[in-house]
Amino acid sequence: MILPFMKPLVIAGREFRSRLFIGTGKFGSHELMRQAIEVSGCELVTVALRRVDLDKNPEGDPLISKLDPNKVVIVPNTSGARTAEEAIRIARLARAAGGFDWIKLELTPNLHHLLPDPIETLKAAEVLAKEGFKVLPYMNADPVLAKRLEEVGVVAVMPLGAPIGTNRGLRTRDMIEIIIANANVPVVVDAGLGLPSHVAEAIEMGADCVLVNTAIAAAADPVKMALAFSKAVEAAELARQAGPRAPRMMADASSPLTGFLWKE
Amino acid sequence: MSTHFLHTLNEWPPERVHDLIYSRTTDQVGAALNSSGHYEPENLAALLSPAAEPQLENLAQLSAHWTRQRFGNAIQFFAPLYVSNFCCNGCTYCGFNQATNNTVRRALTLEEAVAEAQCLASQGFGHILLVSGEDRKNASPEWLAELTHRIRPLFASIQIEIYALSQPEYVRLISQGVDGMTMFQESYNPKVYAHFHPTGPKRDYNNRIDAFERAAQAGMTFLGLGTLLGLNDWREEGFYMGLHAAYLQKKYWRTSLAFSFPRIRPAAGSMPPPYPVTDANLVQLMSALRVQLPDSTQTLSTRESPGFRERLLYIAVNKMSAGAKTTPGGYQQATDAEAQFEVADPRSLEEVAKVVKSLGFDPVMKDWDSTYSKA
Repeated sequence: MILPFMKPLVIAGREFRSRLFIGTGKFGSHELMRQAIEVSGCELVTVALRRVDLDKNPEGDPLISKLDPNKVVIVPNTSGARTAEEAIRIARLARAAGGFDWIKLELTPNLHHLLPDPIETLKAAEVLAKEGFKVLPYMNADPVLAKRLEEVGVVAVMPLGAPIGTNRGLRTRDMIEIIIANANVPVVVDAGLGLPSHVAEAIEMGADCVLVNTAIAAAADPVKMALAFSKAVEAAELARQAGPRAPRMMADASSPLTGFLWKE
Repeated sequence: MSTHFLHTLNEWPPERVHDLIYSRTTDQVGAALNSSGHYEPENLAALLSPAAEPQLENLAQLSAHWTRQRFGNAIQFFAPLYVSNFCCNGCTYCGFNQATNNTVRRALTLEEAVAEAQCLASQGFGHILLVSGEDRKNASPEWLAELTHRIRPLFASIQIEIYALSQPEYVRLISQGVDGMTMFQESYNPKVYAHFHPTGPKRDYNNRIDAFERAAQAGMTFLGLGTLLGLNDWREEGFYMGLHAAYLQKKYWRTSLAFSFPRIRPAAGSMPPPYPVTDANLVQLMSALRVQLPDSTQTLSTRESPGFRERLLYIAVNKMSAGAKTTPGGYQQATDAEAQFEVADPRSLEEVAKVVKSLGFDPVMKDWDSTYSKA
């Protein structure tokens, strides 16, 4: 499915041909999840550590065993963690048990809206980055926080497009625009993207990548939906490389500002 | 994160920049006008290109839009305080250059410099810029730190425009209350730079480029960039100014950037500029940078005439000097000491402020506070 001439995305030195990352929660079955990931060409998935029994060999875990580590980077997430301390602890456990050194920070003290705690996220990111983790922080679309996280060494920032699970699209567009304009690390728009047109919009405006979970996993046909999302991401990225023509913003003006240049 | 701007420059050799600018089409200019508000090298090249000249009014309109959106109608004022015109560099275009035999040299004593500062403060200036030639003997970093310490209570902001310092020297000056640094690269083209800077420490192009990052890393709040317009193709230099500013803005995101646009004016006895910059050229350059990097301050000094400065207030300028004397000690008395350049707008601060007000702008004398300095 992947077009050979597309520019790959690079995060922490690793190349990704697909700019669609997928979350593995909420699927009706592990098999549907596997098919959805495969059909989309996705090369990075996130897995909630709370769903994995870390005391046992993670490779034997029913969810993880469905994922081919040669094709996808498996990134554990810390969902459920409410403090930096909890997130750090579970990240270390994941590394010790399964050798995972990519970690998606999800620090959501309120378990209803699941919005990220910026202070705890920054604290955890700093500690884990120092320990050599490749840290991907889920964050509110806050341009200053994005720079603070960049400074402590995260490998990408993951601002939310809308409250998680709401499928509402790019509600934080103006803030994400500023984040993109200022970032020295890739920007992955995460959370709230509900339709292929939403992810296309994110890529068109300059996001490097998107992460989708609910919109695919909870669709009536998750496999078809995963394919639809991957095509949208690809189309938008292709269009960006092709150099789109923007609509005109202004008519030709008469010369009140520069007329003076020609008078003397 | 440990990259330097020199690495970015390696990706943009002058030939590549020249080709990019001179190959831009009318269509590409249109596209660049339509995606204003954020920086893209290709779009900046298009707006600086000859292909954009027929669109100058549209570009100026867009520039005016961004200037008003970001700065409203406030115009900030500042004054330069020249502390020494001794200089060990050989910049061939400059009145201070070391080989100029008939130059009357003067370096202020600490007491004289404090008196000059008091004079500027009493005129109402809240922002000053300490200026010196490359004179580590009379205007050493230690001396400038002491001066800053003495005059800190008089001003909201104290900035420097001197020779390139080491990072510890910047730290030292910041610790005494300096909050901004302006340094003109003069030309980003290494060959042009080498031609006009044959002798003295300033000959070292890389050291000068790196000074911006040393200052930013030391914690400087304001950084000012500029090239000496007339030394080289202004379109290329404008492109590099944008490239440099965009790089600094992303990496040192707590720092605020400013552009200055010193232009060599043909004048009796002085070097005629090899690449003259017309008024229309300067409007295009300033407007292009404004729409690509709308948050950066744009300064126009008293090198420019009153009429031109007033026109540019509508288009791009949000900061200006007034009543400037470019001779050490010039504020308190007439002096024989050599001026760095001919002032084209000799009006006093009071006069300029009055005109600016009558045009509907607010002349602002204080737009920072010593509380924010790290002294």
